Amino acid sequence: MNNWKPMRFIGVILVVAIFGLLTALSSAQDEPMVGPKPPLVVKPMESHIGNITGHAADAKSDYRRYCAGCHGDYGDASGENAVWLDPKPRDFTIATFKCRSTLTGTLPTDEDLFNTIARGLTNSNMPIWNTFTKQQRADLVAYIKIFSPRWEKEKAGTPISIPAEPPVTMESISHGQALFAKLECWKCHGTHGEGNGPSASTLTDSLDNPIRPYNFALGKNDSRFKCGSTNQDIYKIFMTGVDGTPMPSFADVIQPNDAWDLVHFLRTLQVHRHSKENDLLMAAHGVIPPYQDKGAPPAAAPADNKSPGGGQ
Amino acid sequence: MRTKRTLLVLLTVLACSSLVFAGTVSGKVTYTGTPAHQKPIDMSKEPTCAKQHNPPITTENVVTGADNALENVVVYVSSGAPDDGQVPPQALTYTQKGCQYIPHVLPMHVDQEFDIVNDDQTSHNIHPLPKVNTEWNKSQPPGTAPIKEKYDKPEFIPVKCNIHPWMHGWFVVLKTSHFDLSKGAGDFKLPNLPPGKYTITAWHEDYGTQTADVTITGNETKDVNFTFKAKAY
Repeated sequence: MNNWKPMRFIGVILVVAIFGLLTALSSAQDEPMVGPKPPLVVKPMESHIGNITGHAADAKSDYRRYCAGCHGDYGDASGENAVWLDPKPRDFTIATFKCRSTLTGTLPTDEDLFNTIARGLTNSNMPIWNTFTKQQRADLVAYIKIFSPRWEKEKAGTPISIPAEPPVTMESISHGQALFAKLECWKCHGTHGEGNGPSASTLTDSLDNPIRPYNFALGKNDSRFKCGSTNQDIYKIFMTGVDGTPMPSFADVIQPNDAWDLVHFLRTLQVHRHSKENDLLMAAHGVIPPYQDKGAPPAAAPADNKSPGGGQ
Repeated sequence: MRTKRTLLVLLTVLACSSLVFAGTVSGKVTYTGTPAHQKPIDMSKEPTCAKQHNPPITTENVVTGADNALENVVVYVSSGAPDDGQVPPQALTYTQKGCQYIPHVLPMHVDQEFDIVNDDQTSHNIHPLPKVNTEWNKSQPPGTAPIKEKYDKPEFIPVKCNIHPWMHGWFVVLKTSHFDLSKGAGDFKLPNLPPGKYTITAWHEDYGTQTADVTITGNETKDVNFTFKAKAY
C-alpha cells in the first residue's frame, strides 16, 4: 500500500499535465478561429499635403500607440476607452467626417484631416496633436484611409470657394442677425447662441447618441469651435455642415456674402471673447439695429427688444 | 421600303408579345393581432405646423385601413427579374408639409432622381441616415428650391429632421423597377412581369419582411397576399 501513494501522486500530476498541455494545444489551434476579425491589411494609401506625402505603412506604430486606444485597431471606434467617451470617437470605417472644407456627403481633403489632427476637437476627448511632426500627421491621414473602401472608390470633395472677408460693419452684423433668425439657427442654438433652443434637448447624432448644439456664449478668448477658431473656419462649418451630427449644410441656401454677415453676427454671440465684432458692438452700446432690407418695406419692430448677443 | 415594312412588323410583334406575355402580381397586405397604439404628435413647438392638424396627427410607424389593411408596405420583386438598369422615368417628390413627410415611405430605383420639397413656413433639415450610401444633411428654409438627390446603392434609409424630432420617414432604394407601396386598402400591383419565377418581398418598417414565390406563365394576374403579425408594443 505504501508504494502506491507516490505512484498515484505522480499519476495525478501526469494526468493534469497532459490535460493542461492538450488544452493549451487545442486553444492554440483554435486561436485563429476565435478571433472575430481577420488580420488588418494596411493598404498602401497615401496623403498629399503641400509637398509632403504621407504613407499609411509609416503610421502603423503611431496609430497603434496614440490612436487605437479610442479609435480601435480596426478604426471602428471600438478602442478600450471608447465606452467611456462622449462624444464617441470617430468610426473611420464609415468615413463620415465632421470638419470638412468640402460639401456635405463628400470625403474631406487630406488637408482637412491633417488640420483636424493638429487642432483636436473642442468639447470632445480628441486632444491637440501638434506634438507630431508634419510627416507623422500626413502618414496618419493616409492610415485613416485604410479603414473604408470609400477612399479607393471616391475622390475627396472640392473645397468650397470662400470669397475674401468683407469689413466688419454694424450693417453686416445686423444682417447676420436677421439670417440667424430667418434660417432658424436659434431652434437648436438658442436666441442667444447658448445651445438651448427649443429642439436642443432632443438632438441625437447619426448613431443615436445624444448630442448638444454648440454654446457660443461659453469660453473666453481661448474659445474654439469644433472645427477651428478663425472666421474662415466658422464660414466653413455652417456652409459644409458637421456630417454625422444634426448640424446641416447651408451651402445651397446662403449666398457667399450673406455667409460672411452671419459669421460676423456669430462672433457677437461669443460674449466673453475679444473680437473686432464685439468691439464694434460695444461702441454701439451693445445694440444691434434691426436689419432693413434695401428695397423691402421696413420690418416690424421685434417683440423682444433685447437684441441677442449684446457684447458686454 | 421593304426594310421599313419589316421593321413595322417586328415592332408590332414586339408590342403584341409584351402585351400578351405581361403578367401582373397584385394583392393585399393585412395584419393580424393588435397594432401598437399610434401616439398623437405634439407639434406645439412649431405652431405653423400644429395649426394644420386638428386633431393632431399620430405617428405613422403603423398605418392601417379598413378590414385590417396595412398601409406603407413596400412590395417589390427581390429576385427573378434581372435588373435591366432602366431607371423609371417618373419624377419622385418627397414633400415636407405640416412637419410631416409625404409620402411617409418613398420607394425608388437605384439612381432614380427625386425632389425634396419644403411646403412649410419653417426651416427643415433633411437628414437621411444611410449606412451603405453616403450620409449628408442639408438645411431647407421655406421658399428655397427643391433639393435634387439620388442614391446609387440599394438600401432602406431612415430619414429625419433634427429640428422637428417627430418627423420620421423612409427612402427605400431598390435594384428593381418592379415595386409598389401598399395603399389605404392595403392593395398593391406589380404589372409588366414577363413569364418567369419571381420572389416577391413585402417590407414594413416595424414588422420586418415577408416573401412569396410566384410563377408567371403568360398574360395573367396572380394574387399574392401578405399578412403581418402586429406587434402590440
